[in-house]
Amino acid sequence: MTDATTSLLTPDAHTKKRNAAETRFKMYGMAAIGVGLAMLLLLMGTILSNGTGAFQQTFITLKVELLEAKLDKKGTRNLEDLKKVTTFGYTPLIKNAFGQVVTETGIETKLKTKDQAKLLSKSAAADLRNYVLAKPDQIGKTVEFTFLASSRVDGYLKGRVSRASIENDKNINVAQLDFVDQLKEAGVLKKRFNINFILGADASDQRPEAAGIGVAMAGSFFMMLVVLALALPIGVAASIYLEEFAPKNWITDIIEVNISNLAAVPSIVFGILGLAVFINYMHLPQSAPLVGGLVLTLMTLPTIIISTRASLKSVPPSIRDAALGIGASKMQAVFHHVLPLAAPGILTGTIIGLAQALGETAPLLLIGMIGFIASNAPGGITEGLMSPNSAMPAQIYEWAKRADPAFYERAWGGIIILLVFLITMNTIAVILRRRFERRW
Amino acid sequence: MYDAPSLENTVDQKSTKIAAKDVQVYYGDTHAIKDVSVDLLDKTVTAFIGPSGCGKSTFLRCLNRMNDTIDICRVEGDILLDNEDIYDPKVDPVQLRAKVGMVFQKPNPFPKSIYDNVAYGPRIHGLARSKAELDEIVEKSLRRGAIWDEVKDRLDAPGTGLSGGQQQRLCIARAVATEPEVLLMDEPCSALDPIATAQVEELIDELRSNFSVVIVTHSMQQAARVSQKTAFFHLGNLVEFGDTTQIFTNPIDPRTESYITGRIG
Repeated sequence: MTDATTSLLTPDAHTKKRNAAETRFKMYGMAAIGVGLAMLLLLMGTILSNGTGAFQQTFITLKVELLEAKLDKKGTRNLEDLKKVTTFGYTPLIKNAFGQVVTETGIETKLKTKDQAKLLSKSAAADLRNYVLAKPDQIGKTVEFTFLASSRVDGYLKGRVSRASIENDKNINVAQLDFVDQLKEAGVLKKRFNINFILGADASDQRPEAAGIGVAMAGSFFMMLVVLALALPIGVAASIYLEEFAPKNWITDIIEVNISNLAAVPSIVFGILGLAVFINYMHLPQSAPLVGGLVLTLMTLPTIIISTRASLKSVPPSIRDAALGIGASKMQAVFHHVLPLAAPGILTGTIIGLAQALGETAPLLLIGMIGFIASNAPGGITEGLMSPNSAMPAQIYEWAKRADPAFYERAWGGIIILLVFLITMNTIAVILRRRFERRW
Repeated sequence: MYDAPSLENTVDQKSTKIAAKDVQVYYGDTHAIKDVSVDLLDKTVTAFIGPSGCGKSTFLRCLNRMNDTIDICRVEGDILLDNEDIYDPKVDPVQLRAKVGMVFQKPNPFPKSIYDNVAYGPRIHGLARSKAELDEIVEKSLRRGAIWDEVKDRLDAPGTGLSGGQQQRLCIARAVATEPEVLLMDEPCSALDPIATAQVEELIDELRSNFSVVIVTHSMQQAARVSQKTAFFHLGNLVEFGDTTQIFTNPIDPRTESYITGRIG
């Protein structure tokens, strides 16, 4: 103002400096977001490229003649007699089937049928036996049966195994890989979508091709059931009391601080608490989703309480005044007006809490839900809650630490499934929030 | 106190509805209301005026015990509604608030339909035995709130979708639906434009035939327009209480005069 020559059309030095600082800050911000996005893309790319293979599996389709002379010498179809034939009795049938395929398709190979049969999963004979025990009337007939190929063969088709990489591999040799190529040519061996990975049970170290995440998924589901049934009512009741009814004094202050602290406690601490209290003291079954659910409930409660209180707080006090002003009791005001308005927020908090609990691994370590391989899907709710099981993240960890690279692929596949669940839950939370959000 | 009746506002033959005697209100250590004694008459509009923070709203909220919801608030003295002490331990504030309705500064309809807004009070107090009876109460209340004609075709529409003035009249309708005996209004027009204000003021005048109305207002013109009795509060004291015409034309206390002429406040 003192300088008469200053024009508004030319920015002065001070303004230039300020504008430059602002521009720089914007650049930093964009750079930070860019780095974050790049990391996310890298992460998703890695997960997808490593994990999608797990959803495909190599199968070999063979016509197996179920010889009565081998399987049911008496010809009675008596189940007890059929059960006496072990998987050893079925192996020759599979070898025969290979022999037949070779002659039918005209493949030229020097491999013995014994070595040809090694292309199948180690569970092939057992699978066939289960099939026969379930359908004894098929004995004597020739049935087309789709066997899982061994993980080496599967890896060969997925590019994980090559002729160079199997030099020291006792499980497969170059001649067998040649045979695989021929079978593939003949259409006997195919790679296709493998529903068993999503719905099936985990398998032993020797049979990565048969492993699935389904049973662990059931374990996770039952845990979430426990968490939802306990954490939601307890959390909401606690928050309503604290927010609407409790007197504001030092006791409630201490409770409030401690709830916030609880939210910051490392999850493994909840795990050791669960081990000490639920298993050692209350003698609940080890590795059971019930115990896992109880531990995760403890972990989820603070999240739910904090988000519920926040959404109760966000309901304007004028609504409470309005209800009280026309003679509603405090409880009526809360349950008729405040709670319905806070419900979307509570729901969102609950879903996010559940999603957190679903991805939690550390506490499960301590209550024995890691390392246990459930081979059967639970039959009912009681069994699902009480019988030992694993959970999705625990199963992924379990696979990741096994030696066979075929399990490594399954770990990535498991991560994809887990991520699908988490993203779905978070999306539902966002949609609910958007849909029921109210403006005042 | 009432020995200066004006010609147009003859109120002295009416009975006392609420009698407050030596009321003290404390917020923690702050003495917010000091020795307030006032008799509020039936079927009369009483205005509370005074500068911001003088305690007029606080005192109003004592009359239906809305201050109970504030933990640190303490009320001493007697407030009698029809000769019954409303701060008696045996009194349930919920029952009291059904008798002493309240309309707030900011229109605060429930985020529900217009119908449900009005029907909520009768529902929780069990005033209607059937749907038809409830419909009748809702219509009567909306008519009393002077908003029936505007909303009769869209009773299912959300109350929050109305304009500010309509919302406030809806809130008044909601308050009268429970058939209160006293209606407390805490600056009901402060969030409204002049046209909506005029409508609400007209409504207040009509409500006088059925209820005893107490209105807190910042606008002295409004107090002069709608009330028969006026109480002037200053720094927690009731400075002067009398007929509205007398307060505005011939105030006794110099502070009252200073306030209505705009020198303090």
